[in-house]
Amino acid sequence: MSDQKTLNFTEFRARVGDLRGKEFWRSLEELSRSDVFDEFFEQEFPQQALPLKKGVDRRDFMKLMGASVAMAGLAACRQPAEAIIPYVRQPESIIPGRPLYFASAMTLGGVATGVLVESHMNRPTKIEGNPEHPSSLGASNSFMQASILGLYDPDRSQVVRRLGDTATWSDFIGAIQPVLNAAKTNGAGLRLLTQTITSPSLGAQIQQLLAMFPGMKWHQWEAVSYDGAREGGRMAFGSYVNTVYDFTKANVVVSLGSNFLDEGPAHLRYARDFMGRRRVRAGEANRMNRLYAIEAGMTSTGSVAEHRLVVKPSQIGEMANALLNGQGSNPFLAALLKDLEANRGASAFIAGDEQPAAVHAIAHALNARYGNIGTTVTITDSLEVAPTNQLASLQELVRDMNAGAVNALVILGGNPVFDAPVDLQFVKALDKVPFRVHHSLHYDETSLHCHWHIPDTHYLETWGDARGHDGTVSIIQPLIAPLYNGRATSEVLGALIGGLDQTPYEAVRAYWFAHGATEESWRRWVHDGVIPNSALPARAGAVPNAPSPAPAIASSGIEIELRHDPTLYDGRFANNAWLQELPKPQTKITWDNVMIVGPKTSEKIGYDADDRDGNVNERRTRFADVQYRGVKMRLPVWVVPGHCEDVATIYFGPGRERGGKVAEGTGFNTYPLRFSDALHGGPGAQIAMSAASEIYPIACTQEHQSIDPKVVGERGIIRAGTLAAYLKNPRFAQAEEHGSDVAGEGNESFYKPYDYSDKHAWAMVIDPSVCTGCNGCVAACQAENNISVVGKEQVVHEREMHWLRIDRYYRGDVENPDVFHQPVPCMQCELAPCEPVCPVEATSHSEDGLNDMTYNRCVGTRYCSNNCPYKVRRFNFFHYADYDTPSFKPMRNPDVTIRTRGVMEKCTYCVQRINAAKIDAEREGRRVRDGEVVTACQQACPTQAIVFGDMNDKTSAVARLKAQPQNYAMLEELQTRPRTTYLATIRNPNPELKPESADTGREG
Amino acid sequence: MATKDEKPPLHELRPVTQEVRIPERFIPTPTIEPGHNFATITDHISTIVLRRKTPFGWLIGFLIALGGVGLLMATLALLVGKGVGIWGINHPVGWGMDIINFVWWIGIGHAGTLISAILLLLRQEWRTSINRFAEAMTLFAVASAGLYPAFHTGRPWYDFWLFPYPNTMTLWPQFRSPLMWDVFAVSTYATVSALFWYVGLIPDLATLRDRATNLWVKRAYGAFALGWRGSAKHWHRYEHAYLLLAGLSTPLVLSVHTIVSFDFAVAQLPGWHATFFPPYFVAGAVFAGFAMVLTLAIPARKFFRLEDFITMKHLENMGKVMLATGLIVAYAYAMEWYYGLYSGNVFETFMLKNRATGPYWKMYVALWVCNGLAPQMMWLKRCRTSTFWLFVTAMFVNVGMWLERFVIIPASLHRDFLVSSWGMYHGSKYDWSFFIGSIGLFFALLFLFVRFLPMISIFEMRTLVPEAQVHAEGEEH
Repeated sequence: MSDQKTLNFTEFRARVGDLRGKEFWRSLEELSRSDVFDEFFEQEFPQQALPLKKGVDRRDFMKLMGASVAMAGLAACRQPAEAIIPYVRQPESIIPGRPLYFASAMTLGGVATGVLVESHMNRPTKIEGNPEHPSSLGASNSFMQASILGLYDPDRSQVVRRLGDTATWSDFIGAIQPVLNAAKTNGAGLRLLTQTITSPSLGAQIQQLLAMFPGMKWHQWEAVSYDGAREGGRMAFGSYVNTVYDFTKANVVVSLGSNFLDEGPAHLRYARDFMGRRRVRAGEANRMNRLYAIEAGMTSTGSVAEHRLVVKPSQIGEMANALLNGQGSNPFLAALLKDLEANRGASAFIAGDEQPAAVHAIAHALNARYGNIGTTVTITDSLEVAPTNQLASLQELVRDMNAGAVNALVILGGNPVFDAPVDLQFVKALDKVPFRVHHSLHYDETSLHCHWHIPDTHYLETWGDARGHDGTVSIIQPLIAPLYNGRATSEVLGALIGGLDQTPYEAVRAYWFAHGATEESWRRWVHDGVIPNSALPARAGAVPNAPSPAPAIASSGIEIELRHDPTLYDGRFANNAWLQELPKPQTKITWDNVMIVGPKTSEKIGYDADDRDGNVNERRTRFADVQYRGVKMRLPVWVVPGHCEDVATIYFGPGRERGGKVAEGTGFNTYPLRFSDALHGGPGAQIAMSAASEIYPIACTQEHQSIDPKVVGERGIIRAGTLAAYLKNPRFAQAEEHGSDVAGEGNESFYKPYDYSDKHAWAMVIDPSVCTGCNGCVAACQAENNISVVGKEQVVHEREMHWLRIDRYYRGDVENPDVFHQPVPCMQCELAPCEPVCPVEATSHSEDGLNDMTYNRCVGTRYCSNNCPYKVRRFNFFHYADYDTPSFKPMRNPDVTIRTRGVMEKCTYCVQRINAAKIDAEREGRRVRDGEVVTACQQACPTQAIVFGDMNDKTSAVARLKAQPQNYAMLEELQTRPRTTYLATIRNPNPELKPESADTGREG
Repeated sequence: MATKDEKPPLHELRPVTQEVRIPERFIPTPTIEPGHNFATITDHISTIVLRRKTPFGWLIGFLIALGGVGLLMATLALLVGKGVGIWGINHPVGWGMDIINFVWWIGIGHAGTLISAILLLLRQEWRTSINRFAEAMTLFAVASAGLYPAFHTGRPWYDFWLFPYPNTMTLWPQFRSPLMWDVFAVSTYATVSALFWYVGLIPDLATLRDRATNLWVKRAYGAFALGWRGSAKHWHRYEHAYLLLAGLSTPLVLSVHTIVSFDFAVAQLPGWHATFFPPYFVAGAVFAGFAMVLTLAIPARKFFRLEDFITMKHLENMGKVMLATGLIVAYAYAMEWYYGLYSGNVFETFMLKNRATGPYWKMYVALWVCNGLAPQMMWLKRCRTSTFWLFVTAMFVNVGMWLERFVIIPASLHRDFLVSSWGMYHGSKYDWSFFIGSIGLFFALLFLFVRFLPMISIFEMRTLVPEAQVHAEGEEH
């Protein structure tokens, strides 16, 4: 603390108490005129104090009044005080109605992904990926999309609290001072607990703090643990490393329990690179890769793998050992080993984050053996400021807390009371610390157990920096001044260091100016969102040590697999309703976590198959009792095809007790199953259906159990084939190839078809071959189009509002099926069945072929939805839109109407974006260029599975895709002439493992 | 009953008839029991209305029905206040009990017009004693039916947009939409039915006016009698108007349910998209209508001791109509299978399979039992002439016709083209309260009708007694 004389309220009160005699004060107004007050006020609010001190003359008064009236309407405009630099256009002034885009970055698990933030009149409204950021390349995931809701979350902590009561920042400064003074000698007893930090400037601040208090210790803990990868890297290379994959060069990819396409800091980039190799286009060289996945539960990665070996989580190590020893102990491994041999230097092994260090070390060794290091795999130094074994770090902290060695604990972010391993009994230890501070976005479980709570700032509210998956540094620039008086991490650290005057902006700027920035380069970095060439260099001559085989784990009973929740992460997003309502990739369950088992296991634990199917049909299920290492828990059971037998996968993250209205009471807290020696679960669980026949409603958006696979197949909804089948007959997916007599001749009509030839003809092609089912598009659509959240009860009633859904179909063996993802937006049929049935013409056709909805004309007969064969229309059964919460008002996209109750809505192909581009084009006297209109789903998609454009422009990307031989229209025999079409899914199985005859081409 | 003391029992009024030995099977069942003359008919029917004391049984029944109306009002208040989300509808199933009940009531509303208009034109004199009752039932059923389309919309306060009226938006409704056609069909039907019923009532209202003793009652009936004095000119105009209205109503019997069936047939949903829906729906409507007339007539006849006027012949004839239309309906159910399977269309085939073996198979089986099997009882004269068996059959048909609409509407919608979007439908408690409430409204109106208006056409019944025939013959001379 620089200024020891800063007044606080205690002192102020004391000084007022000193006033004597005539100095009685009659009112607060009179008191406020006292010198004491002035002095206090000036110190508290230096900027505001100045004009008051000067006194206000008549002219100034008029000016101030005028200004305040003029500004009254701008109360929502909260531009940060410091200059921030727009991404695309440098405005002379802000043009109302024209959004600006600013580059920033969002961190998850400490690692940054670059974002572009759309800002309307200084209100951030939408997140896109930053095309210049290597971890994004313009794509975004659901966490990024939903972070905009996180910013405006009304349940965010808004005030400093002392023992739960409202306090002030200065109170906190005052309170921590004696603690710091006591620690002054060497800082022993002072502890800092953070999450993973890759931010160079924060790292420097912490180093400064550690230098000030040499005895102080810094601990790090993230519930979504990367310790396996860290320690595996250290086993292989002697120190903590970071592994970066380049899937553009990999012909064969082997996943050892890794969900690299949908999880981890680099997944957007990896999905882009990996799927870039899976686009089969007529006239282009075929470079299709092949994915072998070894996993237990079905992940997004496993769902798109050509070959998926289903083994228990504990056996993945054995499989890794077998690969390491070159033993083709089963047909899968034998074929894989052959394939690897043929693709030396062009394969990649990637081990799952849940895998133990040994498996990671083996993956490194295998990469080295097959010559991948330097080609598909790059080893760099760790991204983190201080990589450490976080579990060990947390264990050490708990040990010291229990020993009474910790006098003060400052927790920056995270929620260890909720997410620390259960056997550490973190709360018990924490309660022994005499001074506890928690800095977080919500007043959560940990805040409740701390003396002080400091509200955090959202990443869109403050300055910062962080590294991307390859080490590239991004400057995080704020879009809006803190909405709720939050304090940035750097400010809290500043309070500890004593640099109270330094704003987060100054802290970041100072660091980078000390590290080579100039005014010019700083502006460019902030503008671009990345610091060029800041990626970490490859380690020269990285040769892994020979690994020791992964230890065999004796498997008994049912094995528990613990994974972080796909939409809530470690629980930090539990108060984000968009993420709560986002269907989880494989199960399509919202608002809940369940115990996922395979079909056989479900019967083994006593869940009758007919009962189960009947329940799933009605969107409900039954409970099972789990007994695992002395912990008993009741969880709803959910069956997923392709899930390993005798394995129960349980997501952790939901089940929060504190942290906001949405978070509380949704899902089940499964952290009690998480032990520090088995963070990702282990064998020995006893699971049996609960005796009570209690029915639990499950908000699942797609049922599956009771559907006969033939029903899907004969409808031609999903058309899929192998690469070999495609090469033999590229038109394999066309209806006439299957003896259909209706398709193909589609133009026969009594009426003359409408002529679109001189207009735009907006169209979309979706390539399910490259879709991982990650939901990024669904979240993006929700953010772009102000789509309401309806809540669990309404989803159970089958009333979810998402305009875009990802349908999931299985084919083949229920124990290990092929999975197909199919994003379904509105098909924008040229002969739309919804249009003629609307009695009030609320849905009609635009001249460029869009099937438009006129919300304010809709009376809500729902006939259009009944007549829509694709069932893409969504009805506001209740008043779903939140018109009242003030903080949500600035969040909404001002270009999209908020729908009232009783009104039908549906995908518009982002008509607001089309119109913006058309207006621009018209002003410039030209046609809209290809690629100028990008729909929200298309923009978010990491694998570029969605392509949109004008199909009248024969050179456009969408027209070229429509000309592909595998392009087909869903339900084409209905003659709806949909503008959205699909490319048949093409996979590249190893002929040794899947004989050609097994693939009939058109199935689903 | 309180009225028992005021009038001697009916059988005492009958003259003793001589026994004639004619084998029973050759005796036609009379449309009016023998022994009646103009006076007894007028007395008997008008007394039901004009007697001072309200029967206790009526009061109880009316109060129960009023309770239903209260439930209806509460449901409507909640519905308008909160939205159609209080129902069980969802994303694959956009129409549920709202449209089921609409079609059910509209179907019931068919018997009145059929009996009044078509049978009038066909000179089926047995219709006379039941037509007033059936017409009233039609009107009230249409009123109950009308509630559903009016309140099933998401924003019922904008329902007027469905009418073609000049407006500042210079926007017409979508004339291609079957819902638009519904608006015209149902409103026309309601208007013509009401007119037909009212015109037919005028001579009887005059009778009541003349026989009423209370001045205000006299004035009330007098106002509605529109100055009817029974002059030849009046009768002449009446006959013309009535015949014209009958002619107007006749096509409506066919058109209303034809157009209601278009709501489904025009859509492309498997299970809806079928060209044979119009005749199938019309037959179903007549089927349902006669079942409901029987359901109401059998107890009413007993309660008001109208066995002389609504004779077994009426009931038996209605049983026969039920059998005939029931067979048409069963034929349609069978034809659905033929069309579905013969088409070879996967969606049609699946739809049928799903009906029979899907989650709603019980409803489908019950439908066959109620509408296919139960009416077969009507082959037997013993059942046709037994009020008990007639009533049982009619109840089966009432339920069966509701099930038919359930099978057509939600059971087709819940599993359509895209497998991913399949769902389930269950009526919520508010669906049921709306339904029960609309039944309450129907019965409340019916109770008011039987208390305040002659439920059997007095003047038309008078044409059935032998004096009327003699008089007519004499006129020819």
